[in-house]
Amino acid sequence: MFEAVVIGSSAGGIKALTYVLSALPHEFPLPIIIVQHLHPNSDSYLTKILGAKCGLLVKQADEKETIERGIVYLAPPNYHLLIEEDHTFSLSLEGPVNFARPSVDVLFESALFAYRGKLIGIILTGANHDGAQGVKQIKSAGGYIIVQDPATAEAEAMPRAAIVAASVDKILPLDQIGPYLLQLVNRSQSRRHPFE
Amino acid sequence: MIEDIETQNIELQLLLQAIYLKYGYDFRNYAKASVKRRILHRLNKDSFANISAMQHKLLYDVNFFETLLLDLSINVTEMFRDPSFYLALRQKVIPVLKHFPFLKIWHAGCSTGEEVYSMAIVLKEEDLYERTQIYATDMNEVALKQAREGIFPINRLKQYTINYQKAGGKESFSDYYAAHYDHAVMDKSLKENILFSDHNLATDGVFGEMNLILCRNVLIYFNRELQNRAIRLFSESLCPTGFLCLGTKESIRLSEDSEHFEDVVKEERIYQKKH
Repeated sequence: MFEAVVIGSSAGGIKALTYVLSALPHEFPLPIIIVQHLHPNSDSYLTKILGAKCGLLVKQADEKETIERGIVYLAPPNYHLLIEEDHTFSLSLEGPVNFARPSVDVLFESALFAYRGKLIGIILTGANHDGAQGVKQIKSAGGYIIVQDPATAEAEAMPRAAIVAASVDKILPLDQIGPYLLQLVNRSQSRRHPFE
Repeated sequence: MIEDIETQNIELQLLLQAIYLKYGYDFRNYAKASVKRRILHRLNKDSFANISAMQHKLLYDVNFFETLLLDLSINVTEMFRDPSFYLALRQKVIPVLKHFPFLKIWHAGCSTGEEVYSMAIVLKEEDLYERTQIYATDMNEVALKQAREGIFPINRLKQYTINYQKAGGKESFSDYYAAHYDHAVMDKSLKENILFSDHNLATDGVFGEMNLILCRNVLIYFNRELQNRAIRLFSESLCPTGFLCLGTKESIRLSEDSEHFEDVVKEERIYQKKH
């Protein structure tokens, strides 16, 4: 039984995110929280691109906003995005982690504290090692990790680092990640309600 | 692992309680996720077995507490940070302030002072500086000391110059500092009307009759309760029609006192206290 999906992506990530999110239906039952590395001064164009291409509501995460299922939240450029235990967002201007702000590790670690292990983490294309530490932590708390097959990634360093950091649950080519995620979530949801 | 998280949360709560009881700094109503992250960062760096061990250390070692205090107060700032904010300030707030014979400005959470000097420059260029008193406060003495000195690493100045120009700067930015080896020393005249002092938004009280309060990127580190406290404090410290400026991602929308304010420039988080 899962409560949230967290995704980290970097170089080549916009295309990859579009692929993954467009495979998900409007009534996807979990919140999806994303850190995509962007230029600090970029505005909300990513929200617009992804919103236009997928059936789910896509928005930038607001400070203190309560996280709701079926919504895709993006970390605002130049801020770390953290999840609190009461499932609201916090932002932080602490220095970059792994040269990145927002950092995937920061999101993943706080998500793991907030959702305990009931979490699916996904690492997509990227040219650095951000997210590897977070993947390791989510795995050790009993969460589920999907990594994009480095062979299908525009930049392979980030998925490769995640695979090295922990024994991940699934390594998939880009086009299969969305459908697999949907299947995985549906399966766990039906287990949660055996009489429905 | 899940059990560890529960235990760690108890330890964290106790640690913040210990800091408050021993040293008077109140982080209990800070947004937890970020505080926890910074505590764990220190824990790993100094190889403590757990947060309880760290608590023991900080109760008996004031030097260690000073280190932790620096970890907990985020002093990330720059001059003319968010230039579009300063531009909006010049265009929408300064013209109103020009009607007053004397001005009081409170910069709450001023950190190492970069934004206070930015404000001083704006006031100079708008011929308001001579009749303004700026109160610049922070809870962190180390940051305040740096702010008072007004000496900044020279390698940041290129970015600051770009910011200054985007923010509607009217002169040459290099007129405001003297380069000294690898540092830039801010012009002394900028400090004449600035009073730097210690003030903690979590525990201290009202700062009276301000025309303008700036508190940017401080509230994001507070929980809802502490945010409410701070905004009430600002509301009570402002004179009627006084201005309040928050950080780009901060809002008074969710605060209990939001009805006392109206938007001046919504996207720049500039508000005005109602009459």
